[in-house]
Amino acid sequence: MLELIDLAIRLPGGRPLLGPMSLRVEAGQVLSVMGPSGVGKSSLLDAIGGHLGAGFALQGRVLLDGRDLTGLPAERRNIGMIFQNSDLFPHLSVGQNLGFGMPRRHRDRRARIESALVDAGLGGMHDRDPATLSGGQRARAALMRGLLAEPAAILLDEPFSALDAQLRDEIRSFTFDHLRAAGIPALMVTHDAQDATSAGGPVIALG
Amino acid sequence: MSLAARFLPALILTAILLPIGAGLWQTALAAAGHLPAIGAQGPDLAAWAALWDRPGLGRAVWLSLFTGIGATLLSFLLALASAMAITRKGRGGRLLAPLLAMPHAALAIGLAFVMAPSGWIARAVAPVLGWDRPPDIASIGDPFGLSLIAGLTVKEFPFLLLMMLTACAQIPLRRHLRAGRALGASEARLWLAIILPQIWPLMRLPVLVVLAYSMSVVDVALILGPSNPPTLAVLLARDYADPDLTRLMSGSAGSLLQLALVGAAAGAGLLIRRPVARLGGAWVHAGAPAPGAGIALRALRGAACVAMTLGFGAMVALVIWSLAWRWAFPDLVPQELSLRIWARSVQGWAAPLANTLIMAGASTALALLAAIAWLESETRSNRRLPWAEAAIFVPLLLPQIGFLFGVNTAALRAGLSPGMWLVIWGHAIFVFPYTMIALADPWRAVDPRHFRAGAALGAGPWRRLFALRLPILLRPILTAAAIGIAVSVAQYLPTLFLGAGRTPSLTTEAVTLAASSDRRVTAVVATIQAALPLMGFAAAFVIPAILHRNRRDLRGA
Repeated sequence: MLELIDLAIRLPGGRPLLGPMSLRVEAGQVLSVMGPSGVGKSSLLDAIGGHLGAGFALQGRVLLDGRDLTGLPAERRNIGMIFQNSDLFPHLSVGQNLGFGMPRRHRDRRARIESALVDAGLGGMHDRDPATLSGGQRARAALMRGLLAEPAAILLDEPFSALDAQLRDEIRSFTFDHLRAAGIPALMVTHDAQDATSAGGPVIALG
Repeated sequence: MSLAARFLPALILTAILLPIGAGLWQTALAAAGHLPAIGAQGPDLAAWAALWDRPGLGRAVWLSLFTGIGATLLSFLLALASAMAITRKGRGGRLLAPLLAMPHAALAIGLAFVMAPSGWIARAVAPVLGWDRPPDIASIGDPFGLSLIAGLTVKEFPFLLLMMLTACAQIPLRRHLRAGRALGASEARLWLAIILPQIWPLMRLPVLVVLAYSMSVVDVALILGPSNPPTLAVLLARDYADPDLTRLMSGSAGSLLQLALVGAAAGAGLLIRRPVARLGGAWVHAGAPAPGAGIALRALRGAACVAMTLGFGAMVALVIWSLAWRWAFPDLVPQELSLRIWARSVQGWAAPLANTLIMAGASTALALLAAIAWLESETRSNRRLPWAEAAIFVPLLLPQIGFLFGVNTAALRAGLSPGMWLVIWGHAIFVFPYTMIALADPWRAVDPRHFRAGAALGAGPWRRLFALRLPILLRPILTAAAIGIAVSVAQYLPTLFLGAGRTPSLTTEAVTLAASSDRRVTAVVATIQAALPLMGFAAAFVIPAILHRNRRDLRGA
């Protein structure tokens, strides 16, 4: 369970940007945060994930399964993040990208990567240059990369807005199916009402 | 780490500025007659008096000003004319790379082979003019330093051109030119009235670096410059090498004079900016009439082509001379080619080659490490240090002859004996600014989302550095390394002064040999000297092409 308690963000310079707000996302649930651009949706995700830029001031607390994450660096929060353009690392192969965040204790790394590739319709593409993938393939690979890291929660920042309309439906259902199967809390910011409807979880409107 | 991140730049700056400061201080002390190492306990004015009494001092000062400012102006004008042509055609820039990589000494030696009375140009015109022996003209080492200006220009204008092309890429060049052409202005007028004022702020530092270098260069001036009297820097280098040790003190006084000259020229250059800008404003207000500008620029473009041809001719001349077994005067090519000179002189160049490789490898590694540490600490602390970034360039803005003897003295007083380690440190000081120039922009341009994605996947700062940032930046890192090797291989005075003559490099050997009679041995050493940086650039091109052959987004980065 992901909980925000009285979370408030101030811009560099002190002007309040967001909050204070409290919310709670249960495991297996996708909570959607809606609002026009500029209301601080992305900053909210940055605050939860630990990516807030220098100068931003943060108040309140972020709890994940009861653990207080406030003040921890991003890499120790165990919170995955899916971005709009799903940028894969340009110097690694598709398979190496998927394995980048996988916990080290796993011995069967290659097998896990291969089955995730097959699951994402990318079978046999382990050694491909990520730059040669289509937009939909990249989106699925980025989601798989995030899930193979076994995060305790996942954040999605306008995950489908860079995709064209036909692809969007397909990637949406692929994403939400996998998030539900992973059984972790997910928080998505979007300006597209269709995203929130498909996610099927609670919706919060900002701004 | 955050503590280290805060202090790393300070540590790096100390390693750069401390020796320079100590060198300046010791130079000033020696100029004031205080040099305990030779028993001089000043203060007194004897050093200045001795300097004043040097025959030819006034002429040497005049030559330094004339050749330094002349070469800088000419290089700037050639660069401007070439930049116009290259940005219009969108090609031609690649030709610069070999000239940029070429060490100054090797280029000067090659140019001497081309321009000397017995060189290629004379051989080419010999049949027409009926020469059967080299003519008795001072086509190199002329008393006015014209051949020195030519040699410096061939080497420095490609550097200014590269900087200018970089600057042009940062302004909306094409849109401004298109808009201006639509208003009926000629391209030449637009460059003078619209483009030049915009790129000048980015050109100021490179121009000052070229000015400081050209006014105080020793190796090129020894090869191509006038000899009696020589330029001030050569006069001082002779003082420092004189068996009469009191000359060290008059040399130090001369070093201060050299510093003052460069400072005055640079200061004047910066001060006239305001009146020039005002005049320029009035000129633009009057409709920017530029009669003859088109012709002048065409002439400059022609001169740039001549300079390029001379540069490439110099490279070819080096190789051919190193292979020329017999080559009588008016013949354009040798009668007989042979590798015998290479084999015979191996004793002469093997040790300098090894020394050069050690110096270039170690100083480039140090400088690259420092640049990566600097930029990573900037990344982690999330702040830039404008003053510190400016201080990096101090070593390039001071004439080397102005403080390097003092560094030697300071090192001795601190208990460090001159030798390989000191040379490597000295080279790294001059290599570091160039690795920073090569690496800083690509470093800051990497998409920050990669690192947020990495952090979200559990990668801490070290893994983000080693598994993401450095591999993504492989190509610029190798380019920076190649530039570093080229800069180190070209160093003359630091090798001479900080090695106390015990660490001969290809450069010091080539300069020494250039004064001797056997051109072929000189050509062998200069060819090896010129080949090393070229091999570095080739490696910097080939390695990423192989490693990233299957990574489209990293190509052409």
